[in-house]
Amino acid sequence: MVGQRASRWWTTGGLLILVWALFPLLWMVSLSFKDPNTFRSQTPTFFPSKWVWTNYQTVFSDALFTSALRNSIGISLIATLLSVVIAMFAAYAIARMDYPGKKFLLSMALAIAMFPQAALVGPLFNMWRSLGIYDTWIGLIIPDLTFALPLSIWTMSAFFRQIPWEMEQAAQVDGATAWQAFRRVIVPLAAPGVFTTAILTFFFCWNEFLLAISLTSTNRARTVPAALSFFTGASQFQSPITAIMAASVVVTIPVVLLVLAFQRRIMAGLTAGAVKG
Amino acid sequence: MAEITMKNIVKRYGDGFQAVNDVSLDIADGEFMILVGPSGCGKSTLLRMIVGLEDITSGDMMIGGVRVNKKAPRDRNLAMVFQNYALYPHLTVFENIAFPLRLRKAPESEVRQRVNEAAEMLELTEHLGRRPANLSGGQRQRVAMGRAIVRKADAFLFDEPLSNLDAKLRGQMRTEIARMQRRLGTTTVYVTHDQTEAMTLGDRIAVLRKGVLQQVGSAHQLYEEPANLFVAGFIGSPPMNFVPGRIADGRIETPFGTVAPTSERITRIGDRDLVILGFRPEYFEDYSLVPAGARTRGHTFTVDVDVTEWLGNELYAYVPYEAPEEVTRQLGELERELDSEQMRTQLVVALDPASRIRSGTKAELWFDPERMHVFDAATGDNLTRDPDRTFDDDNVHAGVRTE
Amino acid sequence: MTLTETRVDQPAPQPAEVTDRARHERRLGLTLSAPAFIVMVFVTAYPLVYAVVLSLYNYRLTDPAGKSFVGFGNYATVLTDPVWWSDFATTLVITVVSVAVELVLGFGFAFVMYRVLAGRSLVRTGILIPYGIITVASAFIWRYAFQLDSGFVNQWLGLGDFNWFGQRWSSLFVIILSEIWKTTPFISLLLLAGLVQIPEELQEAARVDGATAAQRLRRVTLPNMKAAIMVALLFRTLDAWRIFDNPFVMTAGANKTETLSFLAYRQNVTLVNLGAGSAISVLLFLTVVVIAFIFVKGFRTDLSQVRGDR
Repeated sequence: MVGQRASRWWTTGGLLILVWALFPLLWMVSLSFKDPNTFRSQTPTFFPSKWVWTNYQTVFSDALFTSALRNSIGISLIATLLSVVIAMFAAYAIARMDYPGKKFLLSMALAIAMFPQAALVGPLFNMWRSLGIYDTWIGLIIPDLTFALPLSIWTMSAFFRQIPWEMEQAAQVDGATAWQAFRRVIVPLAAPGVFTTAILTFFFCWNEFLLAISLTSTNRARTVPAALSFFTGASQFQSPITAIMAASVVVTIPVVLLVLAFQRRIMAGLTAGAVKG
Repeated sequence: MAEITMKNIVKRYGDGFQAVNDVSLDIADGEFMILVGPSGCGKSTLLRMIVGLEDITSGDMMIGGVRVNKKAPRDRNLAMVFQNYALYPHLTVFENIAFPLRLRKAPESEVRQRVNEAAEMLELTEHLGRRPANLSGGQRQRVAMGRAIVRKADAFLFDEPLSNLDAKLRGQMRTEIARMQRRLGTTTVYVTHDQTEAMTLGDRIAVLRKGVLQQVGSAHQLYEEPANLFVAGFIGSPPMNFVPGRIADGRIETPFGTVAPTSERITRIGDRDLVILGFRPEYFEDYSLVPAGARTRGHTFTVDVDVTEWLGNELYAYVPYEAPEEVTRQLGELERELDSEQMRTQLVVALDPASRIRSGTKAELWFDPERMHVFDAATGDNLTRDPDRTFDDDNVHAGVRTE
Repeated sequence: MTLTETRVDQPAPQPAEVTDRARHERRLGLTLSAPAFIVMVFVTAYPLVYAVVLSLYNYRLTDPAGKSFVGFGNYATVLTDPVWWSDFATTLVITVVSVAVELVLGFGFAFVMYRVLAGRSLVRTGILIPYGIITVASAFIWRYAFQLDSGFVNQWLGLGDFNWFGQRWSSLFVIILSEIWKTTPFISLLLLAGLVQIPEELQEAARVDGATAAQRLRRVTLPNMKAAIMVALLFRTLDAWRIFDNPFVMTAGANKTETLSFLAYRQNVTLVNLGAGSAISVLLFLTVVVIAFIFVKGFRTDLSQVRGDR
C-alpha cells in the first residue's frame, strides 16, 4: 500500500533526525570517557579504547569548574526568576491593557531581541567597573535577565492572548478589580505558559557566553560556558580536551532532563506567538 | 432590581467608527428586553456599555436612577452571561458559581447556601465538584447562569448566550432562560442576532441597524406593524416579500395587478409615485382553497410557480417576477444588510399544505390588500403603519411577572 | 422611541469621558510595565548612548589621560581598516550559508516531524537537545571531532592529515556546521508550527483538484507558510549575524575567521580600546538595524495586535 510505504519513509526520516541530533552527543560522551594521557593519536577512534572516569574526577576537583557550576546554577536561576516575573507583568499589560507608552515598550523589547550584545560589552564593562559590580553575580544577572526579557515577554504575551478575553471581563463584572482579575483568574490560567517561558529563559541564561567572559575576571562569577573556554586541564602537560568534554556532559545533563520532562511545553513555548492563526 | 435608562448613547471608536449612534431606550424594572440586529449593528457594544466593559463616548447610562457612565464594571452590580460562558477552567463548578461571592469575601455559610440554592434551581447539584471542561454545552450554560444568579445582581445581561449550542439544545435553554427570568423577576437585557430567540424570549424587542435604533416594541408590534423596511425584513421567517408598486388615481399597481385599498390607507400613503410593497408569505393563499365569502374581498392573480417546498405543515412556493432596476438595487442593498443572499426577485409564498400547486405550473393566488404594507421607496418608512395598534398578547407576559 | 433614519450631523469628535475603568487600566498598565522598561533602559539604551558618545573619543583604558575628542575619526579608522571588511565578509558568509542551509534542512525536518507517526514524540524530544545545549559545548564537540589529533572525521572520511583549522574556508565550514547543528531545531520548530496551521482540508482539496505533491507544496503549502518562514528567517538571520561563541571557541579568530561581534569584543574587552571599540559597537548595531529594516519593509509583525475581540 502506498500509505504504508510513505509512512516507512517518514519513519526513516525521523530516524535520520534523531541520528543527526544525538550523534554529536554520543561523540561528546565517548570523548569524555577517554584516557586523557593516551587518547591523542595519529589515527583517533570514535570510541575510547579504554573507558575511564578520570575526566569527571578532574572536573569536579577543579575549583574553576565547581565554582563555575555553582555560579551558572545560581545566576541562571535568579536571572530566570526575575526575568519571568518582570516579563509576566509587562506581557499581561501588553496583551490586555491600553495605556500610553505601550507601543514604545514593545518596540524596545523587539529592538533588544535583535540587539547585538557584542555592541554593549564595551560600555557595560566600563559601567560595571564604575558601579563596582564587575565580576559579581549581580553584574551578570542584570544583563542576562535583560536580554532574556524580550523572549519572555514575547512568549508570555502569546500565552496570555490565548486566554479568552472574556475571562477577565467576566471577573470584572463579577466584582473583581483589575488586580484581582489578574491574580485570581489569569495567573492560575497562565501558570503553564509562565512555566514554559521559565524553561526557555533558563536555557537562554544557561547558554550565555559573551557577557560571561566580558564581565567577569575570576572564579567569583564566571559561569560554566566561560569556564570551559578557560579550562586548561588537570596539569599544564595534559590535554584539557577530555576534561572539557566531561564538563560539557555535566552541563548538558540538566538540558536533557528538562527536554525529556517538558518536551511538549518547550515546543509550544518556542512556537507561541511566532505564527498567528 | 433596577430600571435601565439610556439617553442619547453614542459609541465612537478611536478610528472614527461609530458603533452606536444616539440610542435612547428605557428598560423597566423586571422587564426582559431583547437587543437584536444583524452582525455589526452595535447591539453587543450597547450591552457592553451597560455593563461597563466598553467606554461610553457620550450620553447618559442610568441604572436604578444613578448615572454609571464612569463606574467600573465591578461597581455596577450587574451579572453577565458571555457568549462563550467565560467559565474559569481552573475552578470547580461550585467555585465558579461562588466566585463573585468570594471576591466580596462573603462568609462561608452564606456562600454555601447561595451556591446550593442556585445549583438546585439549575439542576447542577450533582456537578458541583466537576470542572467546566468536563461539562456539556448546556451544563456550562447553566453554570454561567448560576454565577449570575448568586450575585443578586440588579440586572442580568446576556451576550448571545445560545449561539454556541446546537439547535435542539438552544430551544431547551431558551425556555430555561425565560423560566428563570420570570421566576426571579430581574431586569434582563439579552443580545441576539437570532430573530426566533428575539420573538420568543422578550417582553419587548429593540431592533438596531448600523448603531441606530429602528423600533422598540413587542414581538407582535414588530411583526404586524414594522416601522420600516429594515424591521419588516428582519423579523419573520421566511422574510417578508418586497415588491415594487406605483400609486395612480388612488389605486396601487403591483406586479400582480392593480388593487384599490380603502381610502383611509391611501390617505396615509399620501401623494407619491413609486413605493415598495411588503407581503408576508402567509398573506397569500391558494385561490382554490379560499372560502367563497372571502374571495371577493381580496385580489386574485395568476403566476408561474418556479419551485415548491412541501414541509408537512406548510407549503412554500417560489414565484419569480420582473422588477424595475432602481427597486432591485435598493432591495439588494437591504438584503445585504440583513445578511441574506437572495439573488433574484421572487416571491416566497406560504400556502396551506393541502394546496395542489406544484413546481413548474401556473397557479392562481389570492391576497387581501388590506394586510399589505406600503413603504416609502426612498426612506423605507412604513406608510401604512398604525403605531398605536395594540395586541391582546402584549400584556400577558408582564401580567405573569408581576405576580 | 425615535426612528432615526435620517442621519443627524455629528458634532466634532470629543474625547470620550475617562471612566474609572479606563483610568485604572492605564495606571495599572504603566505600573506593570515599569520594571521591564527601567531594566531595559538601564542595560541597553543607556549603554548604547554611552557607546555613541565614547565612539567620538580616542580613549584607551590603558591610557585614560590620553582621552581626546576625535569626532568621527574612529569611524573613519574602522571603516578603512581591512580587518573590519574581512570580518564583515566572514560574518556575511556565515550568515548567508548557515541560514540558507538551515532553511532547507529545517523544512525537511518540519515535514518529517509533521508526518512521522512512529516515535513522533521521540523525534521531537531529540531535536530539542541541540537547541538546549550550550553553544560553547557544541563548538567544542565539533572542534574536537575535526581536530587532527583527537577527531574521528578525518579517519572516517579518509582525509589523512588534512588540517581543517589550517585555512579560512575549511575553518568556516566547521564553524558553520556547528552553528547549523545547534540552531536548525529552532527554525524547524517554527516552520512546523506554520505547517500545522494549514488545514488538512486544503491539501485534500488540492489533491482532488489534481495537484501533484510538488504542486501542492509550491502552490498550497508554501504560500500559506509565508508568515512562519519570514519570522524564522528574521530571527535566524539576526541571530547568525551576531555569531560569537563558535568562532571564539573553535578558532579564536585565526585564519580570518573573526566575526563582527568578535571584533567588538576584542577591541572593547581584550584591548580595552574603548573609543574605536565603541565605534565598532555602533556600526555593528547599525548593520543589525539595516537587516531588520530590510525584513520589516516587506513583512510586518505587530506584537501589539491586542484586543482580539474588536
